[in-house]
Amino acid sequence: MLDNINILWLAPLLNIQLIVDGILIGAIFALAAYGLALVWGVMNVKNLAQGEFVIMGGYIAWFGSTQGLHPILSMPIAIVIMFAYGWVIYRVIISRVVAKDMFISLLATFGLAIVMQQALNLMFGPEVQVADSGLSVRSYFGGSVTIADIRVVSFLLCCALATAVVLFMKKSRMGQAIRATAQDARAAKVMGIDTEQVYAFTYALNSAICGAAGVLVSMIWVIQPFYGLAHSIRSFVIVVAAGIGNLPGVIVSALGLGALEQYGGFVLGAEFQQATVVGLLLVVLVYRQIQMRKKRQAVV
Amino acid sequence: MKSLDNKLMLGLLAFGIFGPVLFPDYTFQIALMWIMVLFAQTWDSMGGQMGYNSLGNIFFFGCGMYICTVTQVGLFYDVGDYTSATGSNVTFSDSQYFIGLGVGILAAGVGASVLAACLGWTVFGLRGPYFAIGTLGIALSAGELFGTWDWVGGGSGVAIPVYPGEADHKSMFFYTLCFLAAASTFLFYRWLFSTRFGLAVNAIRDDEGKADAMGLHTLRHKTVAWCFSAFFLGISGALFGNLTGFVEPLEVAFPTATFGIFMVAMSLLGGSGTFWGPVVGAIMFHVIKEATWTYFLGWQWVALGVIIIINVVYFQQGVVGWMQEKWPEKFGIEVDSSMSMEDEAKEAAQ
Repeated sequence: MLDNINILWLAPLLNIQLIVDGILIGAIFALAAYGLALVWGVMNVKNLAQGEFVIMGGYIAWFGSTQGLHPILSMPIAIVIMFAYGWVIYRVIISRVVAKDMFISLLATFGLAIVMQQALNLMFGPEVQVADSGLSVRSYFGGSVTIADIRVVSFLLCCALATAVVLFMKKSRMGQAIRATAQDARAAKVMGIDTEQVYAFTYALNSAICGAAGVLVSMIWVIQPFYGLAHSIRSFVIVVAAGIGNLPGVIVSALGLGALEQYGGFVLGAEFQQATVVGLLLVVLVYRQIQMRKKRQAVV
Repeated sequence: MKSLDNKLMLGLLAFGIFGPVLFPDYTFQIALMWIMVLFAQTWDSMGGQMGYNSLGNIFFFGCGMYICTVTQVGLFYDVGDYTSATGSNVTFSDSQYFIGLGVGILAAGVGASVLAACLGWTVFGLRGPYFAIGTLGIALSAGELFGTWDWVGGGSGVAIPVYPGEADHKSMFFYTLCFLAAASTFLFYRWLFSTRFGLAVNAIRDDEGKADAMGLHTLRHKTVAWCFSAFFLGISGALFGNLTGFVEPLEVAFPTATFGIFMVAMSLLGGSGTFWGPVVGAIMFHVIKEATWTYFLGWQWVALGVIIIINVVYFQQGVVGWMQEKWPEKFGIEVDSSMSMEDEAKEAAQ
């Protein structure tokens, strides 16, 4: 471990490699975390199936690539399928737990996560998959920093998607209705907003965002039916650290998490990557408690 | 209620004693069922009775298992040597085995409660879903950490000292221990929830702020309740480890996605917050689980997820909760119809 830190000290360019990698991956985390924050803020549902939505989007892209479709082109398809899927899931499951105790929604989505990962496992097998984008890898600084083109492309796609979602939330009627419902569901109902419709749309939108993120994950990283939980926990870390409804905070903490995870994986060893994520979750929760204790409150 | 209570207890006692005699092939399964009953009860003492829904109680199960193993070996040999040779270099005499087991089981219970007391200071500032996710994180990270700790065998695990004697005797011996553990858990909680402590715990569930304002030391009550639940979970971990004979961090000691979730699912199935709910739920769940494992092999996990979803979405009150609503007089609950009308009117007004 100390040797690895020493390497970072001796080869400063390696830091650039880790930070750039982290930021390029962190952008995807930001996307999934924004979806979580949206559902959390609007309907107070903690969606533990977030990571499974990501992985499912990834499998759509991977399946398309085995049929000869380029993964980037399968993104619109993934968005449409995942939107419809999210809508159905809302109608069947989530609509019945929205008004209930928060733990109920947590458990219901956890059950959903188990079903989804097992279904994906039965359909596609437990192997680790990558959707090949066919783009090359470039090196900078005389070969000491290598960045795959696809990572840059996916970062740009991430930015475009995030901008589209933010514009949608600000400008469109539906986006305004969603924000109004998040502020005060009863008042929104009184003003003639069909909140049930808004909830369904929000959940479906979250699912679509996760699906798009999953397409990117399948191209720049790996997907596997059981990798969803790590993505769910990442989303939670980011949202809890940033606070709900704090979009710049979500972006910053997502990029930070990406970089920290790269450092954790490098310094402690690759098998610690998941442990790093979970450890960061605990650190963030303890920090939030200390913060709230100063105000003599609990983290609710 | 009293007579029903006694009948159920007598029925369970009879099954506990005669079950393995009548179905000798299923002794392991019945022993596992008692461990499941213990799981559900310890979870429900937090989740159902106190309103603190932990997803990481399996942490104490795994820690108990490791503490017991280390004690069993460490009393007589060097643990590091033992694990690096995967237990093939030593043999335990009869007396060494039983002394080690006895001390190990106790140490597992006590050690797990000490860990619960330490953790209580860090996680009880979290409420609701944060508590659930925080405890889930503890259990997940414990699995990863033990996987890298070579002194206790790392990711490849460590073998537990072998029972000196025949296999039949071993299964009966551990069956008896599992049954005793479940029975003492049951009786302990039965007593605990008839005391002031039980009332205090229920008050925390109903309104923690008010309980605090009434002068209840909520943090202390929560920590003590968690220590009790950790004590029994630690013992169950020690027993389960000896039952399987092998401890491995992710699948045996910290199976967060299986046993860790079963605890919650069983309590909800039976009806969380009711005293008999977890017991009934655990027995039903275990039977359903074994049936799906046998007849839907390959789809058993999907079936499990579907059971959880259907349970929390459509059947939240659980079996016992439902029966209480249906026949309240049988459970000694008096329904004041004028009160409930008022409540309905209040709800309608909101």
